[in-house]
Amino acid sequence: MTTKLPAKDAVIIGLGWTGSILAHELTEAGLDVIAIERGPWRNTATDFAPNYAQDELRYRIRHELFLQPAQTTFTFRNKMDQNALPIRNWGAFMPPNGVGGGGVHWNAETWRFLPSDFVLRTHLTQRYGAKFLPQDMSIQDWGVTYDELEPHYDRFEYLCGTSGTAGNLNGQIQPGGNPFEGPRSRPYPTPAQQQPFSHALFGKAAAELGYKPFPQPSGNLSQAYTNPLNVRMGPCTYCGFCEWFGCGNYSKASPQTTLLPVLMRKANFEARDLCEVTRINTDSSGKRATGVTFVDASGNEYEQPADLVILSAFTIFNVQLLLLSKIGTPYDPLSNKGVIGRNFTHQTISDVESFFDKSKFNFNPFIASGAIGMCIDEFNGDNFDHGPHGFVGGGYMGQVQTNGRPIQTAPIPPGTPRWGAKWKDAVRDNYLSALKPGTGVHGSMYSYRDVYVDLDPTYRDRFDRPLARITMDFHDNEIKQNAFLTDKFAEIFRAMGAQQVHKIYRKAPYDVTEYQTTHLCGGAVMGTDPKTSAVNRFSQSWDVPNLFVTGASNFPQNAGYNPTGTLAALAFWSAQAIRSRYLRNPGPLVPA
Amino acid sequence: MSPPSRRDVLLGTAFVLMGDAASKAGVLRGQLPWSANAGSPPQPITESGWLFFNPDEAAAVEAIADRIIPPDASTPGGKEAGCAVYIDRQLIGPFGSSAGLYTSAPFVTGTPQQGAQSPDPPAVVYRKSLAALDRQCRAQTGKPFAQLSSEQQDPLLSGLESGSLQLEGANGKAFFEMLLKNMQEGFFADPIYGGNKDMCGWKMIGYPGAHYDYRDWVGRHNERYPHPPVSIAGRPEWTPKRT
Amino acid sequence: MVAGMSTGAARVSLVIILLPWLALCSAAPVQAATFGASDQQNFAQIERGRYLTRVADCAACHAGVDHTPFAGGRPIETPFGMLQASNITPDGATGIGSWSDAQFDAAMRAGRMPDGSRLYPAMPYAYYTKMSRADVLAIRAYLNTVPPVHHEVESNQLPFPYRMRSLMAIWDALYFKEGEFREDPSKSPAWNRGAYLVEGAGHCGACHTPKTSLGGDELKHAYQGYALQGWFAPDITDNEEMGLGRWSPTDVVEYLKRGHNKYSAASGPMGEEVVDSSSRWTEPDLQAIAEYLKGLAAQQETAHPLAAGDPVMTAGAAIYWDACSACHKADGSGIPYLFPDIAHAPSVASREPTTLIRVVLQGAETAATDEEPTGPQMPAFGWQLTDAQVAAVVTYIRNSWSHAAPAVSEREVRAARASLASTR
Repeated sequence: MTTKLPAKDAVIIGLGWTGSILAHELTEAGLDVIAIERGPWRNTATDFAPNYAQDELRYRIRHELFLQPAQTTFTFRNKMDQNALPIRNWGAFMPPNGVGGGGVHWNAETWRFLPSDFVLRTHLTQRYGAKFLPQDMSIQDWGVTYDELEPHYDRFEYLCGTSGTAGNLNGQIQPGGNPFEGPRSRPYPTPAQQQPFSHALFGKAAAELGYKPFPQPSGNLSQAYTNPLNVRMGPCTYCGFCEWFGCGNYSKASPQTTLLPVLMRKANFEARDLCEVTRINTDSSGKRATGVTFVDASGNEYEQPADLVILSAFTIFNVQLLLLSKIGTPYDPLSNKGVIGRNFTHQTISDVESFFDKSKFNFNPFIASGAIGMCIDEFNGDNFDHGPHGFVGGGYMGQVQTNGRPIQTAPIPPGTPRWGAKWKDAVRDNYLSALKPGTGVHGSMYSYRDVYVDLDPTYRDRFDRPLARITMDFHDNEIKQNAFLTDKFAEIFRAMGAQQVHKIYRKAPYDVTEYQTTHLCGGAVMGTDPKTSAVNRFSQSWDVPNLFVTGASNFPQNAGYNPTGTLAALAFWSAQAIRSRYLRNPGPLVPA
Repeated sequence: MSPPSRRDVLLGTAFVLMGDAASKAGVLRGQLPWSANAGSPPQPITESGWLFFNPDEAAAVEAIADRIIPPDASTPGGKEAGCAVYIDRQLIGPFGSSAGLYTSAPFVTGTPQQGAQSPDPPAVVYRKSLAALDRQCRAQTGKPFAQLSSEQQDPLLSGLESGSLQLEGANGKAFFEMLLKNMQEGFFADPIYGGNKDMCGWKMIGYPGAHYDYRDWVGRHNERYPHPPVSIAGRPEWTPKRT
Repeated sequence: MVAGMSTGAARVSLVIILLPWLALCSAAPVQAATFGASDQQNFAQIERGRYLTRVADCAACHAGVDHTPFAGGRPIETPFGMLQASNITPDGATGIGSWSDAQFDAAMRAGRMPDGSRLYPAMPYAYYTKMSRADVLAIRAYLNTVPPVHHEVESNQLPFPYRMRSLMAIWDALYFKEGEFREDPSKSPAWNRGAYLVEGAGHCGACHTPKTSLGGDELKHAYQGYALQGWFAPDITDNEEMGLGRWSPTDVVEYLKRGHNKYSAASGPMGEEVVDSSSRWTEPDLQAIAEYLKGLAAQQETAHPLAAGDPVMTAGAAIYWDACSACHKADGSGIPYLFPDIAHAPSVASREPTTLIRVVLQGAETAATDEEPTGPQMPAFGWQLTDAQVAAVVTYIRNSWSHAAPAVSEREVRAARASLASTR
């Protein structure tokens, strides 16, 4: 029996970063808003207190803050001719769960995409010719430009207190910053974090090689900060328990530390936790959303009517809900028709371990934050001439090692036995003088016709709904890109004085057991053409105008940067369109 | 004068009001939720003995621990460090029963890239594999694993690792990978989980453990960090010495 | 609004006192329209009553159990048993709707029920007695606008013999000095306004003044701090270490209005007070209170800190460094408005360590106000630290930087832990 609740002006599915941003913007506009979150409320002082958050086993190895696959998961296969099997335990990525979403456990690396990233197909075709791009590469322009998003990137960075050094201020290149970044209108709200030894040394070596290193933009703050909503944040203490963990001392930007204290005080906002939305309801025409159906922790079903629906549930769940709610045409890779599930991407990550003379180098790898590091951007996007190399795309690279937590980070030189006395000696001898950046090469993954999301025919969730099915593999383009970048990366460690450098290239096939960031993107992409996109440039569904779909599911392909800065900027951009145009005159914001 | 005892203070001003939470019936509004002692701090392992392993299994696992992480002059081995205790406590907990994982059928073996698809949770894997290993050892040598010399034990473990040693009714290779992972977890996890006794693993490598503030050390490049490690359960210096 | 102002010179200061009220008062000064009656037709009186109800924080006790305004029923714990705050909505049968103005005034300022029986001083009539009749009637006028709620409350839940209200005659004889506040002409109008609020409607001494063994105010040590129900309401005199000595008047105003200043954060009962009451006080009233408090003479106490080498201090230092410094910093200075400056916060240096012990054991949530919405929370350490360790770190904090205080014993911590477990 479904209980129908009193109607709200807006219902928000998922109270993560974009859900919180939209909730705040819509309540500011006077709407009566409810947010429905599948996971639990998460609160700094009680759920990630600084006296038990620092537990590698609990949070990194058993990933307690994340979605448990028992609640729901996906199935996975590399190729269309394989049977997909359930991801029974997370590996390649770790979906968030709970209020705050990924904002609780992220490492707060806060990047902007390049201007060229937003007009990717046009740009690459112009520079290299259409034939340079693989035929089955389905990259496309976004429909929104960097310049349009700039004020919204700025808004997010000032909400978070992001720590960094500007590289391009209104067109003027600034020393010490990223010379390749798009122009920003003003400096970062707080200065860059301090760099520990190995990170600074990487910057020094990179500079000596002729690169322009700069500090990674960090949502782990370099100093105490009060954001425009008067919410206070503290300075990061470089504890080394950042990504995978909640921050115990209010120094990592998250919905909890930047927005929720203000949002919760609003009389026109309420939230439900431990409630999972199972369907977005539409009227008989299928062109208007009427609200959502959700199930609480006791299994009771409710209907929440609303005039406006915001789907902000994380990439794959956005896609799955659209498919289950029969909104938009499902993508069929064989006919190359349909949009829901299309252009699904991840990230192309590799690492380089390096081993130094322990009598000369003492790195203290446990002193770090989640977004620490010196990076170079020479090999990102189209920042270099790809002509001679036969691939497109790229990524930033840096000594971005976030921790020295020993279960995961006890590097041993290649060839060392994996156990026994020699293993033990190698761990002991190398712990303080070896480096393992982690996601050191952070490359783009462009979209392909045969990489997509649909619904699994066999496996179901606890509500007996089909799980989302991921079909994903690496293509030659990304493998070449990664080999090139990894080689460049390794050179810098040699220049730092490493005695031994071990390159760990990204290789096909895509392996769902190996962690390679949770930057899953696409599947409900943004674009200018409803035949190849699910939402318009304001993240509004082409099919259901009172439905907006936010988050990285908007990205038609993934760039060589962490996605959060961009998805948050898009959320602010979308909210502005809703407030200034949609609410006055509900309907399609872009003619189809 | 001494402060009035509660009994003595007349009704005048000593009162307390019952508080209320921000949430009722699952709806959150008005303020951030908080209540005293909310949250889920960890429960340190305190009891002794084996809760999962029977004595034979325990002996085998302890022996394996000392081969995976042998004792040496400066650092205990896996057995003394409590790695077997760690594994024992993990196996009776959610890890052992795969609580939280997706355990719906059908179970089909796929490609390595598709990840583990076995229906057996770790507790079952350990039980089956240790039993099979025991049978194998006795068949080959007449003795259980724990009673073999290290020169006899190591090739058996290498065989499991490479797959050349097949276990009857169990996947030896998968078991070894699980063992290796769990042993190393036990050696380096916080001591509250039963291993890393006295933080010996952390002391071996110079890892400070649960310390949370390095602002004074970020800029001290290439300097050894001299302070002893600390666990979530503290360190010896936390308790005042009795004079 | 202050009785007895008849001289010409005083009339000038009367006008100055009235200035904040000119916006609210309909016309003439106090002696006219509102004196003697609460008037439902008088918007200005009702508005003033609404403000004064906040100042007196009636809702703190009299709010209904499910937030129904003023419907009563909330349990009030006393050492002798439970009381329940009464229904003060205008309901005729179960509230105070049938009371006359004189009866309402007698309850507020004389501690008497309409049938003549005595109120228990959990109702702070001993402080409200200082309010003017006009202010009290303004409160009545406002309460008469609140929706009447039919809610029967049996206030007196005390066991025999305490439920015999006649016993209160003894207490009243010793401690109840009936009578309105009298201005001190040698002090500024703002000081007098502050005194009127603090000593009267604000009833700050109810928590902050030490009590005699019979629960009356120790007037010799007014506002020098008092332990109640697991918290220590600190010294709010001008004592530099234990009170407001370091605070500027602006710091005081900020604390009361926002719940936070650069030293300290309001939590527990004071956090509730800020959110429900003082965050809504007018700026001039807050400044008046600051001036009054900063003028309170401080007791002089010299104490010597424990030696740093003392084993308890050494252990406490180790705990502090691992468990506390990531927020409060190695030098105790914290982060303004986020983590209290425990090197300087009065509640740390208090005569009794009650607050510090319970905050370490259970954690605390601080006030969130519109101006200061963050509401940072302190985590709980009770599950992590033994009694000896809590005693060590609390002793360390109370003897570090500029603080000096007697060591806290393991036994004290054990008792605090037990008492916290048995209350909420």
